[in-house]
Parts: sequence; C-alpha cells; structure tokens
Amino acid sequence: MTTKDANGRDFRKGRSVALALLTSVVFAPISFAESPAVAPRAAIPGGTFESVLPPAPGVKAVTVAPFELDRTPVTNGQFAQFVRENPKWRRDRVARLFADERYLQHWRTPTEPDDTVERQPVTHVSWFAATAYCEARGARLPRWYEWEFAAAASETRADARKDDAWRQQILDWYSKSARGRLPDVGQTPPNFYGVRDLHGVVWEWVEDVGAMMVSGDNREQGDPDVKRFCGTGALSMEQKENYALLMRVAMLSSMQARYTSNTMGFRCAVDGAARKTSRVSAE
Amino acid sequence: MKYTVAILAALTMFTIAVPAAEPRTWPADSAYQLEATLTDQDGRAQSLDVYAGHSVLVTMFYSRCPATCPLIVETLRAIEQATPAAQRTQLRVLMISIDPEHDTVAALSALAKTRRIDTSRWTLARADAADVRKIAAILNIQYRLLPNGEYNHSNVITLVSPSGEIVRQSSVIGRVDQDLLAALGP
Repeated sequence: MTTKDANGRDFRKGRSVALALLTSVVFAPISFAESPAVAPRAAIPGGTFESVLPPAPGVKAVTVAPFELDRTPVTNGQFAQFVRENPKWRRDRVARLFADERYLQHWRTPTEPDDTVERQPVTHVSWFAATAYCEARGARLPRWYEWEFAAAASETRADARKDDAWRQQILDWYSKSARGRLPDVGQTPPNFYGVRDLHGVVWEWVEDVGAMMVSGDNREQGDPDVKRFCGTGALSMEQKENYALLMRVAMLSSMQARYTSNTMGFRCAVDGAARKTSRVSAE
Repeated sequence: MKYTVAILAALTMFTIAVPAAEPRTWPADSAYQLEATLTDQDGRAQSLDVYAGHSVLVTMFYSRCPATCPLIVETLRAIEQATPAAQRTQLRVLMISIDPEHDTVAALSALAKTRRIDTSRWTLARADAADVRKIAAILNIQYRLLPNGEYNHSNVITLVSPSGEIVRQSSVIGRVDQDLLAALGP
C-alpha cells in the first residue's frame, strides 16, 4: 500500500517498519526514518538566465552551475532535531551575536516546537542558525542566483517568468496578510524541477545575502551604499515587472545575519555532482 | 614520592586540560565567539581571537584590488602612527581576505613583503569561503564577486576591543578618522 505524504514522498508505512526492523539487525546505525522514496533534494541542471540582479552594468546573463535544492523548506520538527543535537543553538543558549532576541521564540520550549507547527517551515531563525543547520547536514544555503533560477519555474516550465497568469498567482500570495497561520510544507504543487513552496509560503535565507546590496559597478568599488539601493537602485534591478522577486530582494537586503523574522525561513542546497568532482580535483 | 609526582602530574594535566577543553567565555556580543579558522601569511592556523587581549583594527580586503588595497594598508598605518605611543604598542592589525581563491598564503606573504608589513603586530589572513562569509556577516561587511574577477566590498575599518566587541567602525579611507582615533584613546 503506497500513500503520499505532504511532501509527495511515497511512504509505505507497514513495509518500511518491517524493513527497518529486518535491516536494523544488519545495518544498525542506519536510520530508515529519513529515507523517503523521493530524494529530499531535487537536481537543478543550472544554466544561463537573466536575473533581476544583473551581475554588472551591461552584463545580463548569469550562469548557474548544477546544484541540488531541498524540495521543501526546513520544518520546525527538523530544526528541533538539529537544536537537540547542537544545544548551543537552543534559544536559551545561543550567543546574541548569532541570533536576535526573537530567535525560535514561537517554540513551546527551547528544544520543542508545538506539535501543531511540527511540519510548518521553521521561521524566527537567523542566517547564522540556518547556515549552521545546513552545514550540520553536509549542505549549505542556496545562493541567490540559484534560488532565483529554481524559483523561475512553474509547474510545467523551467522559466515561466513571462507567463502573466503564473506571475499573478505569485503576486496574489505576496498581497495576502503575513499574519495567518503558516501552511505545512509541501502543500503547493511541485515546480518543473520537483521543488515546492518557493513561492507562497515564507521568505528564505540565501548564502550570499551579504552581497545583495552591493553594486555590480566596479567604478563604485568600496562604496556599496544602502541609500543608493533605496534611491535609484544600487543593483540596477531589471525586469521591473517581477515585483514579487524584487520584494524578496528588498526583504533579504533589510536583514542582518543575526536577525530573525516570523516570515523568514530557509532550505539547504548542495553543489551538483559534476561540480563536486571538479572541486575535489582543484584542491 | 613516585605517587606524589604522578598525582601532581595528573593534577597539572587536569588543570591545564579543563580550560583548554571548555571554550573561553566571551561577552555575549563578542566576535570571538565565531569559530572560524584563519591561516596567516606564514601558513599558521589562527583563530579570530588571534589578538585577544589587544585592541585590534580589523579590515577585510583582497590583495588583487588595484586601488584601495594599498590605500587601506596606508590608512591603517596612519592610524597606528597617530595613536599615542602607550596605546600604539598594544594595538594590533588583522587584515582578512575576502578572496580565498587568489589570496593564498604565498600571496599574503608576498603582500606583507611589498607593503613592508610588520608581521609581529599585523596579521594578514585567509579563510575558506564559508568562514569569510561568517566573518563578514559579523563585521557587517558586504562584498560581491564581479564578473571581471574583482570584488566590490565595503571598505570598513573595525576597532575591536580586547574581548572581541566591536567598538567602532569607520569607512574613512585615505586619512585618519579622528573619531576612530578617539575611540582608541586612553
């Protein structure tokens, strides 16, 4: 009997328990609890595209190398597991340097969220905490261009950014109140790559959040300035019809690495297979 | 006697081992809480608190930077010169590269030689990309790799207290920031 859970992962409850019992004799340390039928990360082939943040004046194309991206944002339940394994990230022990006062404030205890939010995306996490979580899982945060590349896909197309109906759908979410209860992860349909919840659920940290405010014009070397961003647009953001993405950029740009917010979550990424190999050989 | 020595040795090991195993406790906002691995211009592994106990001027740079890098070094030197002698001997400088790909130990060592940097009081350091991002986040420094291989980054000199707290940040480059100098004062 095969059913699907919220992530769209097949899970065969009775069978996997029996299998786990059987296999645990042989492979005791291996946990089958985390072995879904569908890999937790989707492979994104990468490619060249035009970002809302051009890398430099006159340069439009951005090339993204192959990578793998979590299919859903990290949940409170998953983050609680990490916090229990790494107590220095408990809200009552974390250094203020790495997370502000509201870090994980919505949890019942320093190590346990309420059951009702177990499968909701974790929010109230700082960039430092999100980075530590991904590192503990052998991963990293996705970079902005990677995130944007994956988020350009609709359910049926790799790049749906010129599709008015799709764009409107995303805008509708941004216009909703942020005060409502967050949905559980995995409720939105998978996009072209099998990634869910990139739009419509939470904002998400990116690895290079500290680069988003910086001008791509090297004549302005050493002078990245918030005022220019707010005024004329330091990043000379293009494709101004992509309001939804620009709001995301503005949101990320306003966050310092220790800040937390009730709408900012994250997911993790790893380099694609080809890139991993070339890294190893370079070192 | 033999036992006494053994016990003494055991006690000594214990007293030494305990503080080493426990991480040092820093103030809640001390940058030295970040566990980052630096490698200095001589290839030695250092931590961010390499100059703990001293006031430190910390800046992030990259050595291929055509214009501002020499200017940053000269600005740091000028601040050092302008500091009263009593504080100057206690002052340290830590320059951390944002460009781990090009700023190898050899590159840092070469820079120390060309800029005639006194490495008994200054450290030029590199870190891996993940640690660079964390250090930059703590110092609130933004940087971005441009398609032409150069970096755009905030030129900020940060005065860090002996226990790792950020005392003052200055984006004045090319002359001595008097406010920064005042913060360094007695």
